[in-house]
Amino acid sequence: MTITKLLGSAALALLPMAGGALAQEAGTELPPCDNCSDSMVIMSWGGAYQNSQLKAYVEPYEALTGITVTWDESSNEAIAKLRAAQEAGNMPFDLVDVEGPDSQRACDEGLAVEIDADEALAPGDDGSKPSDDFGDSLINDCYIPQIYFSTTFGYRTDVAEWNGQTPDDICDIFDTETFPGKRSLQSSPKKNLEWALICDGVPAEDVYDVLDEDGGVERALAKLDTIKGDVIWWTAGAETPQLLADKEVVMGSTYNGRLFSVIAEQKQPVAMLWDYQNFDFDGWIVPAGLDEARMNRTMHFLRFATDTQRLADQAKYIAYGPARASSQPLVSTHADLGIEMAPYMPTNPENMKNYLVNNIEWWADHQDEVEATFQNWLAQ
Amino acid sequence: MADATITGGLPTGREARPASPEPMLAADGTLLRASLARSLRRQKARALLLIAPLLLFILVTFVLPIGDMLFRSVENAIVPETLPRTVAALRDDPAEVPGEAVFDALYTDLVVAEEYKIHTQLGTRLNYEFGGASSLFRGAGRHVGKFDTDVYADQFGDANPAFADPGRWAAWMADDAVRAALPQTTDAYDAWAKFTVDVHGDDPAEEDLGDFVYAALYRDLAAGAQPPGLPSVDVSGFEAVSLKQQFVDDDEGWGEPEIWTTLRTFSPRFTAGYYLNAVDLKIGPQGIELREGSDRIYIQLFIRTLILSVTITATCILLGYPVAFLLASLPMRSANLLMILVLLPFWTSLLVRTSAWKVLLQQQGVINDLLVWAGVLSDSGRLVMINNQTGTIIAMTHILLPFMILPLYSVMKGIPPSYVRAAKSLGANDWTAFWRVYFPQSVPGIGAGSILVFILAIGYYITPELVGGTKGVFISNRIAYHISDSLNWGLAAALGTILLAVVLLLYWAYDRLVGIDNVKLGG
Amino acid sequence: MVQASRDAAFVEFERVQKSYDGQTLVVKDLNLTIPKGEFLTMLGPSGSGKTTCLMMLAGFETATHGEIRLAGRNINDVPPHKRGIGMVFQNYALFPHMSVAENLAFPLEVRKMGQAEREAKVKRALDMVQMGKFANRRPAQLSGGQQQRIALARALVFEPELVLMDEPLGALDKQLREHMQFEIKHISDNLGITVVYVTHDQTEALTMSDRVAVFNDGRIQQLAPPDVLYEAPLNSFVAQFIGENNTLTGVVTAIDQGRCVVRLDSGDEIDAKPVNVSRVGDRTKVSIRPERVEFNKARLRSDAHTLRARVEEFIYMGDMFRTRLSVAGNDEFIIKSRNAPDQTRLQPGQEIEIGWLPEDCRALDAA
Repeated sequence: MTITKLLGSAALALLPMAGGALAQEAGTELPPCDNCSDSMVIMSWGGAYQNSQLKAYVEPYEALTGITVTWDESSNEAIAKLRAAQEAGNMPFDLVDVEGPDSQRACDEGLAVEIDADEALAPGDDGSKPSDDFGDSLINDCYIPQIYFSTTFGYRTDVAEWNGQTPDDICDIFDTETFPGKRSLQSSPKKNLEWALICDGVPAEDVYDVLDEDGGVERALAKLDTIKGDVIWWTAGAETPQLLADKEVVMGSTYNGRLFSVIAEQKQPVAMLWDYQNFDFDGWIVPAGLDEARMNRTMHFLRFATDTQRLADQAKYIAYGPARASSQPLVSTHADLGIEMAPYMPTNPENMKNYLVNNIEWWADHQDEVEATFQNWLAQ
Repeated sequence: MADATITGGLPTGREARPASPEPMLAADGTLLRASLARSLRRQKARALLLIAPLLLFILVTFVLPIGDMLFRSVENAIVPETLPRTVAALRDDPAEVPGEAVFDALYTDLVVAEEYKIHTQLGTRLNYEFGGASSLFRGAGRHVGKFDTDVYADQFGDANPAFADPGRWAAWMADDAVRAALPQTTDAYDAWAKFTVDVHGDDPAEEDLGDFVYAALYRDLAAGAQPPGLPSVDVSGFEAVSLKQQFVDDDEGWGEPEIWTTLRTFSPRFTAGYYLNAVDLKIGPQGIELREGSDRIYIQLFIRTLILSVTITATCILLGYPVAFLLASLPMRSANLLMILVLLPFWTSLLVRTSAWKVLLQQQGVINDLLVWAGVLSDSGRLVMINNQTGTIIAMTHILLPFMILPLYSVMKGIPPSYVRAAKSLGANDWTAFWRVYFPQSVPGIGAGSILVFILAIGYYITPELVGGTKGVFISNRIAYHISDSLNWGLAAALGTILLAVVLLLYWAYDRLVGIDNVKLGG
Repeated sequence: MVQASRDAAFVEFERVQKSYDGQTLVVKDLNLTIPKGEFLTMLGPSGSGKTTCLMMLAGFETATHGEIRLAGRNINDVPPHKRGIGMVFQNYALFPHMSVAENLAFPLEVRKMGQAEREAKVKRALDMVQMGKFANRRPAQLSGGQQQRIALARALVFEPELVLMDEPLGALDKQLREHMQFEIKHISDNLGITVVYVTHDQTEALTMSDRVAVFNDGRIQQLAPPDVLYEAPLNSFVAQFIGENNTLTGVVTAIDQGRCVVRLDSGDEIDAKPVNVSRVGDRTKVSIRPERVEFNKARLRSDAHTLRARVEEFIYMGDMFRTRLSVAGNDEFIIKSRNAPDQTRLQPGQEIEIGWLPEDCRALDAA
């Protein structure tokens, strides 16, 4: 998969283009919604990310339509919840926020409905067709992405034992000699295996081929074994920032937006290690099994929430890049801090000398077995 | 006094059944026994009516879910339901890697399953038993529509355009003689017609048939079928497609014995596979065998859960006993104040408590800072007290302590101070008086507290998840993981059932050793 | 009872005071000497300080001031288990988790006695209270009276010289209580032990004790043998607390050696024996026992003062007649007369004259 087009335009977007973004907001008008339910339940991640969604399009939508939106903060177990709901024959969610691979699973298992982007979504501000505007980020027929984010590392800048050195290479994670101290990694094989293989000498482009081979996963786990005793495993994105702030770990992986708030908002002595940052998408799926009124409401909301302006607005609240190319030029400064977002954007050319793109198809196919192997490895 | 009352007990029972054969009659001439039964029946009915809401509640919230859990832990219908033809064909084909007939059936099954989007669930299910099944089925599902079987449709269409006409097909398939002559075709056509209506909402008489129906027709005709009313066509010259080859070309896994062994093992509607998995066993070619070393985790987790739960119970006794003792001996007013402190953990949200533990226990936390400041520890030798078993023990003890203190307190409150005084007056020193006289009477409180704490501990998972790291998690965390992440509900149910059985077994053992009468929640 | 050892002070309270809150004294300046072998009862209403005294003697309460001596030794700082005092508790305090035999063996065990000796002593103690068959029962399987016997046996099994009993019969019914009173007295006499017995039941105190200490308001009001206590109460509290008693209030109008005249509030004058009065003009309560009142003029001394009385109620009690009179403004005046063939049965409404021997009418304090 290539996301060069997307990333290229994003990089352009980071040239200072303050202003303009707010101008259109006042005049926004919505087409009427016929035969639509008057409330929605949206499943998302909670925290800063959900807040960015709330500010950028949920609150405006509520204000414009008068409907009420209820949040369900369980996206980290979205598939389980959807499956349970489908088994029970009662779908409590109207719209679900998931990462790329989960959207693939939901789509494969018939938990999500297929959406024709060109029909359902608004064209870009520049008049582009949605399918062109979202481009490669439309990774399957069920998925409407909002943003791309990267999983990357932050490290403390005040570790005495490092004798003034700072990590600048992904493999410094595995170098406990030069960089002693605890690390925090996600309690999931995704990304960790890729990084482990890269640091075991596998070229980035061959990572998934190696993982496909017999013993490939084991090779990656063997590399992770070398630092297993130094790792604190996290499950929620907020953990690494907290662990870094508490000096419990000296470096750790998390979503780049979380690190942004540690560095820029909390002013902690933490810096980013962008080497081999791992790109992924976050976006919407519409659960199967909605009745007509709820489906109409959901599609009405989706059209609004994914238009060019709304996706650009979201970037004002969190350091993730909008998935629409046409939104890129509108990204500017942080809504509250007034900080230029460019240095914190994963798409800044400075930050993406080396990067990985999460192979969503591979993960959708192999998630089950690799996850099981990984969890067993963890439990050993 | 007790002796005196016994002799007077239950005279009616004996006298109501006199030696004479004549039955006892009530005042109105009816049988006394019938009359008694009637009056008791009314009492029973009223009692039943009173508990009916609770009974219903328990049935719905407790018995049914547990029944469902037990059912799920052995249920395996997904395999025979998703791959009915393959399962049937496999029965007639004992080869390690089966022949064409099985692949033909698998092809039909997979095309149908893909339409209903259930093949991935099957892949996930089989993946629990054989790592790699998931990607095998997902891949096959994605590619099965692009197999070379379209050549059959083309060849039949070339041979006679009637074969390309869905309307004609509908007519043929309404004819019982045709259906009898073309069993495979009929089966495939019916499946196709069904999903055309169900999934797509289209009329089968107007839609182009799926390739797999033509493949089935080819197989029927090649086997010598003579369907009446169909245009005659000689299929001997047709280009044939080996579906086995198609599958193996798609993924070598189909040509290897593992997936087939797995399918054969798990084709029945019920399976012991989840239970075997839950105790680190599996069904191999030679019967039940141990799982590979890297997959053997559950026995270890069960043992760890038991050891940690016992440890937590023990620390709760050690910490709770003196507190309960103090509470029981203080005057009411100070005791109530102290009781509020004991109950404080109940009143704080889990989030607050977790943050507190982290602040306290982490390596840069308050306790470590204090110890370093006091010179007990060097700065590099800070203790690791969170994200490991220590963290789990500390946090769980904190949470569960009230469950130990409360029954202990109420039992101790019921021990009159005169016992200890009596012991002292009889010459026992403070320790002997406590140990020989007070302590044995508080044992029922320890029993009740221990059962409460132990059973709560064994099933806890949120706290271990938050502070236990990887070494301090319980079997319940695995159950939660299988419920919400891996979605292996069958294994989760099996693990849950085993946990339930272990708890019942321990309860039984406790009853045998200590006696359940020796448990008191109150004085 | 060993009369010879009476003189030796075995238990002594000397100026003992006790306060729980630092403001009020529950025991005020207690001085008490108990000779060896005596059965002494502490009698008083609840809150009078009797139990506190017992607990101080047992060692469960410490004296705020003063000294408690046992066999001449100050035991203020000796912990209870080293005092060697047997004790029977109100609710028996038998250890519920031990059998009867184990309960009895407990004091011997903590004294590190050998098993054979222990068993012999347990058996002897059980036989003493006729409970030999119950050695293997649990306390909960015994009746109240049986438990009481076991508690007694346990307090005695280690052969203490002093045994304390804190209302040990309070939970038993009347018949059993009377039986046990006899039995306890019998055993203590046989063994020659010193017993300090606490009760609020005056009958119990009178029937069992060598001497009774009547407690009220933290003080011993009177310490005397039962007969003295009954017949010669030193103050009106004792007079009213012990046995049935008639009181009449008035003022002393004349007094000389062993005799005084009291003018009652009704105006009548009676003879009395001055006990707590010393001067003419003192207010007094005179106390007359119901059985000492006489209404048969023939049996009265000729010079005796008599009072007019009206019969209010006649109660037939079997061995006794109990008659309620209205006398000098007191209509709760009771007289008791023996049911004898020549006895008169008074009729309600009847007007009679009553009188008594002057020494039976004691002029006490007016409190």
